[in-house]
Amino acid sequence: MGTKRNFRIWRGDADGGELTDYAVEVNEGEVVLDVIHRLQATDAPDLACRWNCKAGKCGSCSMEINGMPKLGCMTRMSTFEEDETVTVTPLRTFPVIRDLVTDVSFNYEKARETPAFAPPADLAPGDYRMQQVDVERSQEFRKCIECFLCQNVCHVIRDHDENKPAFSGPRYFIRAAELDMHPLDAKTDRKEYAQSEQGLGFCNITKCCTEVCPEHIKITDNGIIPMKERVVDRRYDPLVWLGSKIFRRGQVPQTSVTSEHSPGAVRSNAAGGGLHSHAGGSHDPAAETQAQQGVNWHREVPHPTAPAVDASGKLPLTELTFDRAAAPSPFGDDVTFPLPPEHLNFAHPDQDQKH
Amino acid sequence: MTNDSHRDTSATTRIERHHYDVVVIGAGGAGLRAAIEARLAGKKTAIISKSLFGKAHTVMAEGGAAAAMGNVNSRDSWQVHFRDTMRGGKFLNNFRMAELHAKESPQRIWELETYGALFDRTKDGKISQRNFGGHEYPRLAHVGDRTGLELIRTLQQKIVSLQQEDKRDHGSYDARIKVFAETTITELLLDGDRVAGAFGYYRESGEFVLFEAPAVVLATGGVGRSYKVTSNSWEYTGDGHALALRAGANLINMEFLQFHPTGMVWPVSVKGILVTESVRGDGGILKNSEGKRFMFDYVPDVFRKQYAETPEEADRWYTDPDNNRRPPELLPRDEVARAINSEVKAGRGTPAGGVYLDIASRLPAEEIRRRLPSMHHQFKGLADVDITKEPMEVGPTCHYVMGGIEVDPDSGAAYGSVRGLFAAGEVSGGMHGSNRLGGNSLSDLLVFGKRAGGHAAGYVDQLAARPRVEVAAVETAVETALAPLQRDTGENPYTLQQDLQAVMGDLVGIIRREAELADALVRLAELRERVAKVSAAGGRRYNPGWHLALDLRNMLVVSECTAKAALERRESRGGHTREDYPTMDPQWRRLNLVCSLEGDTVRLDRKPLPKMRTELLGLFDRAELAKYLTDEELAEFDALAAADAADAAGKETH
Repeated sequence: MGTKRNFRIWRGDADGGELTDYAVEVNEGEVVLDVIHRLQATDAPDLACRWNCKAGKCGSCSMEINGMPKLGCMTRMSTFEEDETVTVTPLRTFPVIRDLVTDVSFNYEKARETPAFAPPADLAPGDYRMQQVDVERSQEFRKCIECFLCQNVCHVIRDHDENKPAFSGPRYFIRAAELDMHPLDAKTDRKEYAQSEQGLGFCNITKCCTEVCPEHIKITDNGIIPMKERVVDRRYDPLVWLGSKIFRRGQVPQTSVTSEHSPGAVRSNAAGGGLHSHAGGSHDPAAETQAQQGVNWHREVPHPTAPAVDASGKLPLTELTFDRAAAPSPFGDDVTFPLPPEHLNFAHPDQDQKH
Repeated sequence: MTNDSHRDTSATTRIERHHYDVVVIGAGGAGLRAAIEARLAGKKTAIISKSLFGKAHTVMAEGGAAAAMGNVNSRDSWQVHFRDTMRGGKFLNNFRMAELHAKESPQRIWELETYGALFDRTKDGKISQRNFGGHEYPRLAHVGDRTGLELIRTLQQKIVSLQQEDKRDHGSYDARIKVFAETTITELLLDGDRVAGAFGYYRESGEFVLFEAPAVVLATGGVGRSYKVTSNSWEYTGDGHALALRAGANLINMEFLQFHPTGMVWPVSVKGILVTESVRGDGGILKNSEGKRFMFDYVPDVFRKQYAETPEEADRWYTDPDNNRRPPELLPRDEVARAINSEVKAGRGTPAGGVYLDIASRLPAEEIRRRLPSMHHQFKGLADVDITKEPMEVGPTCHYVMGGIEVDPDSGAAYGSVRGLFAAGEVSGGMHGSNRLGGNSLSDLLVFGKRAGGHAAGYVDQLAARPRVEVAAVETAVETALAPLQRDTGENPYTLQQDLQAVMGDLVGIIRREAELADALVRLAELRERVAKVSAAGGRRYNPGWHLALDLRNMLVVSECTAKAALERRESRGGHTREDYPTMDPQWRRLNLVCSLEGDTVRLDRKPLPKMRTELLGLFDRAELAKYLTDEELAEFDALAAADAADAAGKETH
């Protein structure tokens, strides 16, 4: 009852390799991992591929199928056209060991660096009391099966190996978020840690991680953004902002931990004066102050954060999930031009004369 | 292709050497819990994982971990849990293990919370507990239907936290506990009768590695890969069972395999994947192709008193368990699996050869998605079935082996001729008797994982001198491991595995017959010849064909044990059903079948079961005991009861 389908599978090792064509029998209801198993049993007994549960619960069979990071066991063959060639390649962000198997030790190193749960000192085992609504937020992140697809797709490291030391990746941001939201965790600086040690600021919320998550964890919306917002809350606290106007630069009281090796986007922005407007755009505090004259202060101006840039000072790209072949807008994808006049922070030289 | 450059297998063999106090083989729940305990006892500990760290088969456990915490029904206690466990195992359990398990599992669960686990909660903020087959009260601590994942992740993160302490105190994460991921052990090495180390290879590079250690804890899980329809992953090749046998330990109860009643049956590619018992615990019912709720016809006499006789009573039980009896869908797993098997054989099965499991008509869609998220996800993703709208098609799947290494109940030390070998979790035998209750495996691996780890550490402390690894033994191990790569005339390992699965599935499956079992032994002997000549193409780097070729001999010897014991036990009990001896025989309850290795061949002995202490026996009704015990044992029980009564009367008069 099976039909022959065409597969192109990357074969090789750290020294290089190539896509190899196979024609394989595929039966009704099969998934990509079944096809790989059939290949192992027939044409390619030494085809290397990780797998365990074959039910989407262990996160072992992560691979890129037609360029999309997916679990082999959860990708049904019926999602492809009969005559479509299915290309299977190893995860691109991690070094290849052999064929579809990559060295994912990066993730285990980051896991080791993330401070563990700190049990409350005054509670004996058995005395923990928590409400369901309070544990549910962390439980969402504990659904993670560690398939590392989010790590693989994250452009901060996908195309920039050099970011790996300073950047832990989405998996470990939600680990930090999980502990941050744990009702009884005794550590209180999870957010600051994520910002200063894990490189949270590198993330510019393209949501690629959420898109590929096989457990449908809302990594960005429920994990990363709340962490960022609260870090930002502290950084852009009005009092702190006022303080930054009163104190000279360099004297600004620091409210959170920062470390030397991770220049997060938010931090570099804060150091530059803390404000930049669409109108000014010059990043020059003096020009900005000037531009702010005559602004309607009753309207709410969101404090924007600049997107993270990579080592070469450019915006990183996510070619996989991005909807156009270029960098995202530096003004944010939710901004369309021309802006409505009332939203402009523009003071006409003559405007004071009118009143 | 670059394979040829790796084919230099006969050239000089490098062997990496490590020294540890305790080596834990297996990184599932039991192995990680054992390793934590050994490390907490101050021992330098290695964890060997066949897969990546955290990918263990424990993640497949969905329902929960049974522990008599009494959070949902305060009438629960260790005595009730003990009783349920013994009943579920048809009284063949090692009573001491069942006792320890029932007493200690609540502490083991609470301990997990201090490691960061987040179980679902009751209204008053305690750990929620759910109903499950064979458990009298709601007892399973759970996290939705992904409890196993929570457990493994919690233990994994506890190990990381210990490593962080070591980094702080000793400057290195790996100072006192290290995980060797994707490493397979092929041989245990002995010094006389004492364990001296373990030999294996890194899957990634194919390089060999030798762990010198005076104590080894086996926590390698089960044997399900010998069956075609199984919920088990590729790792479940009976490695620990076989390693123990070859080191001189014994296996008991190998005839008892649990076929989980509800595995997926469609599509073919996912046949065997588990559908959690929670579906039934939360109200799911089984129907045949005629739409009949058939389980009412299959309640055996021993359980008649505890189970509802009408659908109306059964349905009332979900909301009022104190005044109604349980639905028969929640009978122990062996009973439900046999019932489904009979329905299908009688021609009342679904097109794909299963029965219908219906939750859609029983709960609102929203509630199903909330209570059974991963089942909803699994059926949607794998079968394109929406379980909130349609029934599932399910059938029995090989799930768990009750049999395993015969151990001392308190310490987990293996019996037999070897010292320094410990076992915990599925690879050890006795705890579950002839049938395991759902939810008892997760608590089993915590309770006995901790015990095995602790006692392995204690054993190391009392050793006067370290055992030494013999060079000759290492050389033999290297030769054995390389042999399949050097042969190019033998058969493909995948073909051999399929043939083995066919023999076990067809001839040593759920329902067994004498002639078939005898035939199976003949075929297994033939397979043994073929496996001895297996050849693997390719090189040593991450070569799954080679890995399977090495696993095959383990699967084979364990399958032989199962087939031999199944042929010997002439009764039906729990996970062993003989068509030619369809009833339980109290005489057989008194016996364990013990497998050991004599040279190359499996030897089978009968061994009397340890006798249950009288105060434990006293927890049961005489009427219930009468279903399991021999007349002789009952007379003894009566005499004791009479003596007690006389004693009590005597005390009153004085």
